[in-house]
Amino acid sequence: MTDVRADAFDAAPARQSERERVEAENRQLAEERKKIARDGPKLKGEKLAARLDLAWRRPRGIIGWLATVDHKEIGRRYIITALGFFVLGGIMALLMRLQLAQPDSNLIGAERYNQLFTMHGSTMMFLFAVPVMEGVAVYIIPLMLGTRSTAFPRLNAFSYYMYLFGGLMLWGAFVLNIAPDVGWFAYTPLSGPQFSPGKRADVWAQMITFTEVAALAAAVVLTSTILKCRAPGMTLARMPLFAWAMLVVAVMIIFSMPSVALCSGMLISDRLVGTNFYNAAEHGDALLWQHLFWFFGHPEVYIIFLPATGFVSVMVETFCRRPVFGHAVVVLALISTGILAFGLWVHHMFATGLPRVGYSFYTAASMSVSIPTGLQIFCWLATIWDGRPRFQVPMLYVVGFIVTFVIGGLTGVMVAAVPLDLQLHDTYFVVAHFHYVLIGGAVFPLLGIFTYWFPKITGRMMNDTVGKVSFWLVFVGFHLTFFPMHLSGLLGMPRRVYTYPAGLGLEVPNLLSTLGTFILAAAVVLFVVNGLISLYRGVIAGPNPWGAASLEWATSSPPPVYNFEHIPVVESDTPLWDVEGELPVVTGLRVDEKEILLTTVVAAAPDLREPVPAASLWPLIGAMAVGIVFVASIFSPWALVFGLVPCGIAFAAWFWPKELKRNPEPVIS
Amino acid sequence: MTRRATAILPLLLGACSYQHYQSAFGNAAVEDSQFLILFTIFLVVCVVMYVLVMGFMLLGFLRSRGAAEANVVETGRHHHSHPLMRTALIGWTALIGVGLAALAIASFFTDRSMAKAATGEKLSITLTANQWWWDVQYNSSDASKTLRTANELHLPVGVPVRITLASNDVIHSFWVPSLAGKQDLIPGRESDITIVPKRTGIFRGQCAEFCGAQHAHMALVVNVDSYPDFIKWWDHQLQPAAAPTNPVTLAGYEYVTTGPCGACHNIGGTPASGTVAPDLTHLASRRSIAAGTLPMSEGNLYGWVEDPQSLKPGVKMPTIGLEPGQLHAVVAYLETLK
Repeated sequence: MTDVRADAFDAAPARQSERERVEAENRQLAEERKKIARDGPKLKGEKLAARLDLAWRRPRGIIGWLATVDHKEIGRRYIITALGFFVLGGIMALLMRLQLAQPDSNLIGAERYNQLFTMHGSTMMFLFAVPVMEGVAVYIIPLMLGTRSTAFPRLNAFSYYMYLFGGLMLWGAFVLNIAPDVGWFAYTPLSGPQFSPGKRADVWAQMITFTEVAALAAAVVLTSTILKCRAPGMTLARMPLFAWAMLVVAVMIIFSMPSVALCSGMLISDRLVGTNFYNAAEHGDALLWQHLFWFFGHPEVYIIFLPATGFVSVMVETFCRRPVFGHAVVVLALISTGILAFGLWVHHMFATGLPRVGYSFYTAASMSVSIPTGLQIFCWLATIWDGRPRFQVPMLYVVGFIVTFVIGGLTGVMVAAVPLDLQLHDTYFVVAHFHYVLIGGAVFPLLGIFTYWFPKITGRMMNDTVGKVSFWLVFVGFHLTFFPMHLSGLLGMPRRVYTYPAGLGLEVPNLLSTLGTFILAAAVVLFVVNGLISLYRGVIAGPNPWGAASLEWATSSPPPVYNFEHIPVVESDTPLWDVEGELPVVTGLRVDEKEILLTTVVAAAPDLREPVPAASLWPLIGAMAVGIVFVASIFSPWALVFGLVPCGIAFAAWFWPKELKRNPEPVIS
Repeated sequence: MTRRATAILPLLLGACSYQHYQSAFGNAAVEDSQFLILFTIFLVVCVVMYVLVMGFMLLGFLRSRGAAEANVVETGRHHHSHPLMRTALIGWTALIGVGLAALAIASFFTDRSMAKAATGEKLSITLTANQWWWDVQYNSSDASKTLRTANELHLPVGVPVRITLASNDVIHSFWVPSLAGKQDLIPGRESDITIVPKRTGIFRGQCAEFCGAQHAHMALVVNVDSYPDFIKWWDHQLQPAAAPTNPVTLAGYEYVTTGPCGACHNIGGTPASGTVAPDLTHLASRRSIAAGTLPMSEGNLYGWVEDPQSLKPGVKMPTIGLEPGQLHAVVAYLETLK
């Protein structure tokens, strides 16, 4: 890198003496470069660990805590915050189920109930499901790929703070009684200025803006980490399936989020400055919202589901003691699901009266998603068939996932057919369907993978017996809650009603659902309690308690701040199973400054050494500046103009070049 | 065969004891019968697929029982799956493909036959949704026979009906599960749905797209009659409202037609001619009050007129605060609007 700059100096018309001076400086820098400390045969073991620790550790204290760019800290915060929102969303669900336990109930009332389901849906989709997957990935992906940091760690910190502020804004609004009440997909014109006066719908729309900025930032971080930061030798073909899933998901986020940014931006504009994008009376179109929203909203479901399939692949491999059958098939299935996800948004709109011929196409596309999903399920079952399954808690969740998710997938095939969907759409049948897909398909694997990666993150195992009890409670509670909903939907119960009349046959299924919700809640409490107690009392785990094959288990539990003393070299799909003793490593990274190794995209051949930015408060300040603009723009369009000032200052400071002096090797400070 | 299965299906689901007043198992129109046939086909195929998946998984566990004790791993380098497994993978993909193709074709033809059953409409109705009630208009080539009512549909059995759907405010969805699937009512767009009722009876429909605070209380009653009964009903509904006959109903008439009620409600043959609220000309002949919120009864009329906001919070009808005497007169008058 320094040589390029030297060329630039040469090209400039300089006097002879000037050129000599530059050459002397180059020679001196080259000498200094040789003196830089790097890991290698001369520097290893405890001495290396101490040096690396010094270079990678963030400043102490509250400032350092806020300024951290360590992917493990950010990932942990992402996960804990998302779990907090999960609990809040769950409490909303409990309240709703109490209201619906009996017909003609007046426990909560219409207005409050409408806020509850809006908060439940928005929280679960935008503040729990997507962020928790990103959080797990931000924590584990660099470890799994054998690197020391994510790419763009400051952007990663910025992403977390944006997400946190968006969530706080939504829940702050709830506390202040200006929570949205228009449903998590906020159809226009109901959410427009005419039918939702006040600020409730604006709060919802701006929460979307926060989370989409956060998700886009995290997606950029993950995509570049997965493509450029893999350990040498980890070709795309050898990359773990979870990394593949996250790569597909990150690319899907990049393609789908602009669509929701556009439609929520137009909604805010309709509400704030009186444009008429969705106002039919002024030649706008109410359906435009649905097209744009579902063009994002349907991929969103796969953005939640695909990471979970990655979890399942990871757990199936470890607990069946063999690589997943058909690695390439699973990868192709992930990619084709990701592509198909963008071609079926119209199946959310079968009842709107669009042309029938077009519907047939979307029916076919929606059904065809079950081909790649069916392939993945076959590959997991074949792995079980050929392997030696061990029924530890994570594997129980895998079984629970298959038993549950397949039902959700099959009801998905049903609602893909137009004549069936016209009856089932917007009823409790659909509520049952998407909870089977999202809880069965994503939360079950997530609980399994928490149990699985808990020792890596904390250094201690979760209690096995309590884990099994909470699994069975989750499983029974889930099915008791959601299976009867298929029936209540067929018996004529539309979704989003705060009450239903007696005498339609809805009493029994609703009562069962309410009972099940409480079992499910007890199970989640037990799971969390198990986690908290195990944090202090759990069995010490050691680096690789499950005897797994991927690189995150090649370092201590919890991992040191620099992840690996030396960057491992990968020679197969399952490195820890294939290598006896120590993994082969590459050396030569700086230990006095933070530095990671970049490799080529496909073959993962060593490519560049990349300095890693130090901890910085600017991502936090930048997120605060942007957050203030977003919140203020709920109240006045001028916020977007005046907000340029704090945002400009924060980002200029963030990207301000710190060192103008030539350096033997440039470092980002 | 499928018809028998259709009949058994609700039994299987334990739903047999209900009247299917508002249920997709109602089977009361050609459209819903076709739904039930297609649903049964899908259910059978899905159950078969589910059993296959679960069977494969269980056999996999049984097969490898005890193998877990030997903590051996099979690494990527030397592990080769049985060639049969690859064949099975291809077979499985083909099975899914064929199954889906069959279901997609079944779905396509059901869609087609629904469209065919619905052609040749004999009756045209315009249904306009409002937050949170239904404005119903029976269209006729003879303008004097055009009929406007609210929150209740009467349909003749066996006659294809075309219902044109529109909305005055937000998106709603027309859904009478015993008769047919749903169709959205979207402001600025016109859609329609055709229904051929198969049997007489009383059914309940409900708005199926979230439309604001009182989405849950936006229902309508559908009364499927024999053709002569339907014509009789239509002719009766065309009559102007009954004139008050005693001092109490007269006082009620005075209040309703000259007081605040008439500004929003229409009562045929009286000065009350508002258009933004449900037509009340034959209110007492209907089965429910306030778009299915309450069954029609004297007590419920008292409750509703006195304080609609407590029974359907957020409804556009204000709580006026009538004197007891006025309330008594208004309800007495409304009860005469048969």
